[in-house]
Order: sequence, then C-alpha cells, then structure tokens
Amino acid sequence: MSAKHNHQSAEEKPTGIAHQVKGLSDRTIAWLFISPTIAILLAINIFPLIWTVYLSFTNYRVNRPNKDVEFIGLRNYERILSDTDIWGTMQATAHFLFWTIVLQVLIGFALAYLINKKFKGNDLWTTIIVLPMMLSPAVVGNFWTFLYQPQIGLFNYVVGFLSGTDPSSFSMIGEVSLAPWSIIIVDTWMWTPFVMLICLAGLRSIPDSIYEAAECDRASKWRQFWTITIPMVLPFLMLAVLFRGIENFKMFDLVVQLTGGGPGSITELTSINLKREAFEKWRTGYASAYAVILFVTVFGLASIYVKALNKVKDR
Amino acid sequence: MSFSVTEPSKRQKWIAGMLVIGYALITLLPLVWIIATGFKSSPDSIAYPPKVVFEPTVEGYVNLFTNQTRLSSEAITEPREQLPWYEQLVRERGNTIVGPSRFPERFFNSVIIGFGSTFFAIVLGTTAAYAFSRFRVPLKDDLLFFILSTRMMPPIAVAIPIFLMFRQLGLNDTHAGMILLYTAVNLSLAVWLINGFIDEIPVEYEEAALIDGYTRFQAFYKVVLPQAATGIASTAIFCLIFAWNEYAFAVLLTSGTAQTAPPFIPTIIGVAGQDWPAVAAGATLFLLPVMVFTILLRKHLLRGITFGAVRK
Repeated sequence: MSAKHNHQSAEEKPTGIAHQVKGLSDRTIAWLFISPTIAILLAINIFPLIWTVYLSFTNYRVNRPNKDVEFIGLRNYERILSDTDIWGTMQATAHFLFWTIVLQVLIGFALAYLINKKFKGNDLWTTIIVLPMMLSPAVVGNFWTFLYQPQIGLFNYVVGFLSGTDPSSFSMIGEVSLAPWSIIIVDTWMWTPFVMLICLAGLRSIPDSIYEAAECDRASKWRQFWTITIPMVLPFLMLAVLFRGIENFKMFDLVVQLTGGGPGSITELTSINLKREAFEKWRTGYASAYAVILFVTVFGLASIYVKALNKVKDR
Repeated sequence: MSFSVTEPSKRQKWIAGMLVIGYALITLLPLVWIIATGFKSSPDSIAYPPKVVFEPTVEGYVNLFTNQTRLSSEAITEPREQLPWYEQLVRERGNTIVGPSRFPERFFNSVIIGFGSTFFAIVLGTTAAYAFSRFRVPLKDDLLFFILSTRMMPPIAVAIPIFLMFRQLGLNDTHAGMILLYTAVNLSLAVWLINGFIDEIPVEYEEAALIDGYTRFQAFYKVVLPQAATGIASTAIFCLIFAWNEYAFAVLLTSGTAQTAPPFIPTIIGVAGQDWPAVAAGATLFLLPVMVFTILLRKHLLRGITFGAVRK
C-alpha cells in the first residue's frame, strides 16, 4: 500500500526531505534512541570496569567491610605475576584452548564440507548437530558427569565396548591424566557446530564460476581444494577461531559443573581460579587485579589476532 | 538439469550424507539419554550395563516436584489404597512427600528474568540500532565496536564490581537486578545484530514515507519495523536463549528468591544420594523448549548465528 503512495509522491518532489519532516527533529530522535542504551552500558559495563581498576590497587576485602581500605599500589599485580599457581591455571587454560580449537576446526570444517555437498535433508541434520550449542552449559555439563561415571556411565560403557577395556577401570573426571580431556570432549561436542556454521557460510560464499574456471584449466580436484576452497574459507575459519578463543578463555559454567576445577587443580581454568579468589577467599583487591590482567590479555591477544585476520582478508 | 562441474555426484552426496548423519546421531545420544533417564526408575538409571530398554515411570518427575523424607517404621505398614497415586509411588521406595519442591519457583524465575530482559534488550536495542543506522552519530564505528567489545570480558571479572554495586543498591538476589544485568549483557548483541538488519533495508522506503508526510517516528514503526521484524525476532530468540542458559552471574548473584533454574538443577539431590532421574527430569523440562524452538525456527536461527559472527 505504502509503496504506491511513495511512488506518486516521489515523482512530485524528489529532493529536500530533511527539512520537510514533521514532528521531532532527527537530532532529538537520535539522542532519544541512543541515550538509554548508552546509559545502561555505562552503568553495568563501564562503571564496574573503572571500579575494578580502582579496587585492584587496594587491599579491600568484601567480607571485612569495616577495615580501612588501603592503597597498596602495584603490590597485587606483583603478587599475581610471581605466583606459580596462577601459571598452572594459565597452562590449563592454554591446553584447553589449544585442543578445543584444533578439534573444533578440524571436525567443524569437515562437517561443513560434507554438508555443502547438498545431500537430501541436509538442513534438518545440520539443525540436529547444532542443538548442543543452544543448550545451557551448566545443566548439560552437570549431566555429563553422569555419562562419565565409571561402570554405570554411558560414555564409559561405549568407550569400554569399542576398545575392549573395562568401563569401570577409568574415570574421566576423577583421574589427573584424563580430566583435561573430559572437558575438551564436552566442549568440542557443544561448540563444533558453531565452527561448522561459520565454515558453511564461507563455503557457500565461493561462487561456482571459480571452480568452473579451474575445471577449464584442468586443475585437479585436489589442487582446487588447496588453491580455491581453503584460501576462500580461511578468513571465515579465522573468525570462528577468534570467537571460540574468546569464549573459551572466559569458560566457566561448563567446567565448573563438570570437574569443578579438579582433581586437585588440574582443570582449574582462569575463570574458575578467579572465582575462587574473589568469591571464596574474598580477596577482592587481589581478584580485581587478576581480572584486569585477564582483560588486558584477552584484548591484547584479540587485537593482534584481528590484525592478522585483516591481512588474510586483504590478500 | 544441465551438467555442471560443481554439482557433486550422486555417490559423493550419499557418502557425505551418511557421514553427517552418523555424526548427528552421536551428537544426539547424550540428549536422548537425558530424556530417557528422566523416565527411568532409580535402580534402572544406575544399572550396568546401561539400560536402553526399560519400563518407563514418572518417578523422576514426582521426585523433581516434591521434597521427601524417609518413612517412619510405623507408616510403612499403613494401608496405601486411599493415598494419591504420586504418594503411593513415593512410598514404594520407602519415602513420603513432605511438600512441594522449589523447582517450579526456579523455573518460573527463569521465565520472568528471561522474557523480561529480552523485552528490554530488544526495545532499547532496536531504537539504538535504528539511530546508529540512519542518523549521523559522532564516533559511530567506535561506539558500535565498544558496545560489542563489552562481551569480551569474562563474566566472573565483571561480577566482582556488579556484586558490590548490587549489594549497595539492594539488588542482590532480586528479579529486577537480574533483569537489569541480563538486559545490559544482551543489549550489546541486540544493537550489533539489529543494526545489521536495518542497514540492509533501503533508506528509500523511509524517505518516500517521509515525503508522504509521515513523521520520523511513524516512518520508524510503520516502515522500518515491519521490514526488520524477522531479524528482530531472531535476535530476540538469541537474547532469550542467552538469559535462559546463563549460569555464572546467576550462581554468584542469586541464591534464593531470584535464583534461576541453571544453578538450581545441579543441586537437586534425592533422599539417598544423587537422584539422577530427578535431575534428568528437571534438565528435560528446562532444555526441551530450546530444542523445539531451534528445530522449528532453524532457518532464521542458523542465519542469525553466522550473520552475527561474519558481519563486520
């Protein structure tokens, strides 16, 4: 209906829209529309951030509100950077990040490549593969502890059945050598579909004409794969890695429910370690400094990575 | 159909299909196991080897919705015929119901906080996204990037000052506090996604409406909103799913009245140790709506996931 109207009036007067507009001015509306969002983000994101930075220079503890808050300069930072336990959690995080990304990229890309063969019913099966990433990591993670039970757990039973070992002979979340893999398996199960979807978008963005041209030049399928498919999907793949990297650096809910950081502190990722300092030991100032260090690490790594990504894109 | 060099052969399609379906079935197994365990009796749930065929029972669901205690020795011999069916079921295991459990409350909290925060995030996000898309806003790109980057922070790190702030304002463990917090977290995603959807709508439509004598407001809700509706709807579903699934803030900032289901479900325990059928029943009720949603709305959702990530 409005399209018809538009057409008529567009012919009558094609130019000079801005000063004709009735009602509030554009400026007022822009201000009206944006300010609530900015206000909320300032209150819930920026203000707390500044507060964290402030607290990180003090010895404040939430559970001792009556004690005087003292400025202690960079002492918190010095203590964190010289603490060997924190290097342990950093190593656990690095191990988790590395393997989840490797597995998710390999499986995710392979799945996307297969789905892109456009077999019948591929969109329904894609949706089924995507299901785990839509679900609550805490609730699902909690249930995985049941699947990982020695003897009665489904995971142990299936692995035992396939490999011929006794299902009660190993405990995925109870053994120091297996626990890091237990969280990698569940994270890969949950998040491979994300990498898959991004890769699929990449594969679908490659125009058929490029392959047709390559075919005319008698390039082998193998060669086409390495000189067309991979380079064209690479920017998408790198983006997926960026998102998974940031997400898994923040990882908390799934691992807390699965292993709780144990056994010992073998799966204690940085977020879990931070929670322990801030909300169990109540070392607020110390934990704030820890949080600041984590911010800087994420932002630093992410921006170096984005630079590399842009280089790949420009090629 | 004409021959095409890029169209995979029948055999290739068949092999690809089998591999993907195989992976999908493995992926599905843990989820099927959750649903099945919800309908098992306690002994069946921990049987070895794991039981695939079993007699279904609603015991887990009864345990989920009730608090129970051991029967006293006199009560065991009492006649059971007059008792309601659920009490009879519980007495079979030597327990008795002492009252309703907290599960319905926690579930309802998830509903209120999820829908409340989604509503605010979408209303504020849509208006802000419209302004970013259509007006000259100073430092627009920086602002947009800043808005998105707020999602890079680990929730636990943000939780320290939020915890202090909420305590000061009396917002700890309140619905209002959780709605405000989730609104803020979702707002960044909503602005970012909806801004992209609105950018795709040609400006000419609105300009034509303005010439027709519409005000900016009218042009916004009569021309732009209907066009962006599907994009906004899929953004709303992402916000809802995020709020529904969120755990880190919920476990740190709520403990009683405003506690949502994700921190609650793992704490469900029976009279004698971990009651897996009850946990599975709770998980089923909590996860099933999301699964159904995902399957029904797959077209929009899958597009939304890639759109949100690939855009830029």
